[in-house]
Amino acid sequence: MKLTLRLERRLTPSRALGFLIPVFSIVLALCFGAVLLAAVGKNPGVVYQKMFSGAFGSKFGLTETVVKAIPLMLSGLGVAVAFRMLLWNIGAEGQLQIGAFAAAGVALAFPQAPAAVIIPAMMLAGFLGGALWASIPATLKAKLQVNEIITSLMLNYVAIYWVEYLVYGPWKNPKGYGFPGTAPFSPAAELPRLGASRVHLGLLFGLVAALCLYFILRRTKWGYEIRVIGENPTAARYAGISLTRNILTVMALSGGLAGLAGMSEVSGIIHALQRGISPGYGYTAIIVAWLAKLNPWAIVVVSFLFAGLLVGGDQLQISMGLPAAMSNILQGAVLFFILGGEILVRHRISLTWEK
Amino acid sequence: MTTAVPSVQMLGITKRFPGVLANDHIDFSANAGEIHALLGENGAGKSTLMNILSGLYHPDQGDIHIHGRRVALRSPRDAISLGIGMVHQHFMLVEPHTVAENVTLGLDEPRFLLNSGQIEQKIAALSEKYGLKVDPEARIWQLSVGEQQRVEIIKMLYRNADILILDEPTAVLTPQEARELFVTLKRMAAEGHTIIFITHKLDEVMAISDRVTVLRKGRVVSTVFTSATNKQELARMMVGREVFFQVTKRPWRGGSAVLRVEAARALSDKGLPALKGVSFEVQEGEILGVAGVAGNGQRELAEAITGLRPLTSGEVYLCDRRITNHNPRQILDQKVSHIPEDRLGMGLIPNLSLSDNLILKGYFAPPLGRGPFLDQKAIDAHCRELISRFEVMAPGPDSSVKLLSGGNLQRLLLAREISCCPRLMVAVHPTRGLDVGATEAVHKMVLEQREEGAAILLISEDLDELLSLSDRVAVLYEGEIMGIVPAQGAQVEEIGLMMAGAKRIQSVEVAAP
Repeated sequence: MKLTLRLERRLTPSRALGFLIPVFSIVLALCFGAVLLAAVGKNPGVVYQKMFSGAFGSKFGLTETVVKAIPLMLSGLGVAVAFRMLLWNIGAEGQLQIGAFAAAGVALAFPQAPAAVIIPAMMLAGFLGGALWASIPATLKAKLQVNEIITSLMLNYVAIYWVEYLVYGPWKNPKGYGFPGTAPFSPAAELPRLGASRVHLGLLFGLVAALCLYFILRRTKWGYEIRVIGENPTAARYAGISLTRNILTVMALSGGLAGLAGMSEVSGIIHALQRGISPGYGYTAIIVAWLAKLNPWAIVVVSFLFAGLLVGGDQLQISMGLPAAMSNILQGAVLFFILGGEILVRHRISLTWEK
Repeated sequence: MTTAVPSVQMLGITKRFPGVLANDHIDFSANAGEIHALLGENGAGKSTLMNILSGLYHPDQGDIHIHGRRVALRSPRDAISLGIGMVHQHFMLVEPHTVAENVTLGLDEPRFLLNSGQIEQKIAALSEKYGLKVDPEARIWQLSVGEQQRVEIIKMLYRNADILILDEPTAVLTPQEARELFVTLKRMAAEGHTIIFITHKLDEVMAISDRVTVLRKGRVVSTVFTSATNKQELARMMVGREVFFQVTKRPWRGGSAVLRVEAARALSDKGLPALKGVSFEVQEGEILGVAGVAGNGQRELAEAITGLRPLTSGEVYLCDRRITNHNPRQILDQKVSHIPEDRLGMGLIPNLSLSDNLILKGYFAPPLGRGPFLDQKAIDAHCRELISRFEVMAPGPDSSVKLLSGGNLQRLLLAREISCCPRLMVAVHPTRGLDVGATEAVHKMVLEQREEGAAILLISEDLDELLSLSDRVAVLYEGEIMGIVPAQGAQVEEIGLMMAGAKRIQSVEVAAP
């Protein structure tokens, strides 16, 4: 007798499991992490407790979590709108960098401008920068059928090194003691903050963007076209929906939102353009969008949770002396388990004894 | 003919799918040397029952005995080792590979090197013996659909299958090819094979089977000797009521040309010529049927007219306005509706709601769309109206389309395509895979459009349907029209020859009476 495991396809995907499985997957990912932590000689219970209280347990931790959630939310929304249309934009990181570069350029060029002028101008520049950067893979895809996964990913490196070139070279602050960054922006070019915390107006950008995206997808012709193309490109063509036009516009929106994330980082947090403005927000945004099943409201929530994981991970380094890689492993494990769990929404496992 | 022990015996087979009882305590048996027809509407449970016998599904309850021995079938491999082989509706062949390679695919022998000479000899012997003519060295993509089917049968014989299940094998064949298949099947039955033949065509049952088991709604209605029954009785058993085989329609009044296609040429997806200079016209209130075996340019013709496939030369006119190579949106704005062959793949979006599907062709213009927005109120009203007018059975406009049954999917599609008041309707296989009730409903809707004065291009593989609905029938063969004949009084034999490319008649323009 031998026990065999078989996957049987469910005729209708289970709705309850669609909700339960992500939760269960996170638990499993934490168990997986616990084994690793135990292997390096740490008590997983203590570590997780420290991570949680580090991210959500104090006013400082909580506001830092919100600060990190802002770029995740904006670029996550950008990634999600492209994914909705089966456009695999992996380039949010680069679009974020170019958005930051464009916004910084505006801020540095007009140091005298008042806030009411310079902030909207920086937002516009950040959005357009990201949108234009994204339109490179979009154009190649729409006109020449070049795979956007490769092009958008490769352009990330171009963008990151472009910003590095500027902050080490022509844009370097002469009074910066050799530090790779531009001169600080004028106070007018800084996004207003909430009280004494580092939480800035970018939070509002993120929430408004989620609202707009929800509205666009549900209530506009354009959103309808995005949904139709995403679910059935052949039907879209049959109904005369232009794929080319939508690839260009949706990628522009996607890149624009990532660009806005870059703008809000330089204008809200750093107040200058410098090396390493993003610790990979554009990549983490892909995980966020996917965990949220591309739903705008879920992205808002998942951004906070994931930001908590990042902040909690920092705590591990600071107070427990664990390597930063530990937090990355946990992030990866969460995604891995959720994607793995997806199969159970559509399949059931049957165990049978066989001769 | 009958032996003491039936070669196949299925007892009390029950199979439940979520929300459906597909097989409800079915008893079925077939004998060696017999051709046993399994008759029923779509959804009657025929394919489910045979998928159980071929090891694809596992029954929830019930026993299976093969040659008198109780067996457990856990996979198609188990079934084939017991000599049970199934030829599916959609062939399971690897197109770039040769016939011999396909036949031996998945076998444990040969382990590493293909001894092609020996394999080809065995294939040749089998095809000789049963009249299954096919070249073992040919590659699958070079073969016609009929030849591909022969490869599937050889594949099963090569595995020593003595119980052969064929799932609607004639659906893709010309009448002549079907007749050849019948000869083969009879020869195999005479050799002692058990042939189980799934169909919903009564003529075939009468022509070929020894016995017939009728299924309805997952239950066995009856098993009878074919010689002791007739078409009317079988039809009654199949649908549970009397069926009228005749469609009533008013005579064609004639009118001005709505669609005119002139010397149209287009390429297939593979870049090969699919339409080679096709010319015809369809008039107001006329149904022009297009007959032909699948893959002779029907799909390309429909797509070329609706703007989905570019014409390499030739012209298309709609009411004397040139629409050649206009884009799909411009063409549907001219009130051209299109019921595509692939309902779920092209015509509908399974994961979206009924209302999202119903607005697909109209969301961009008032009253459904206003400026950049969708008018939710107008959409709700529009969808509710269509759902009730076309009797789409669904929980509501917000439920997902993938949950609908085949007949309801087609109602939904027709609701959308008819609601734009088409001047021209291009319908491709509109009743394929539908049961008798749903087919009747679709026929009624198509005829209503004809009454309204729409020109209808009806592409179908079902000759009975074409002859009863159409005013004229054009036959497509390898991208050319072999002839256009009036449907009334048309000879099935003659159309069959044209479908096989064996006959061509000078196309006479039928003038309006």
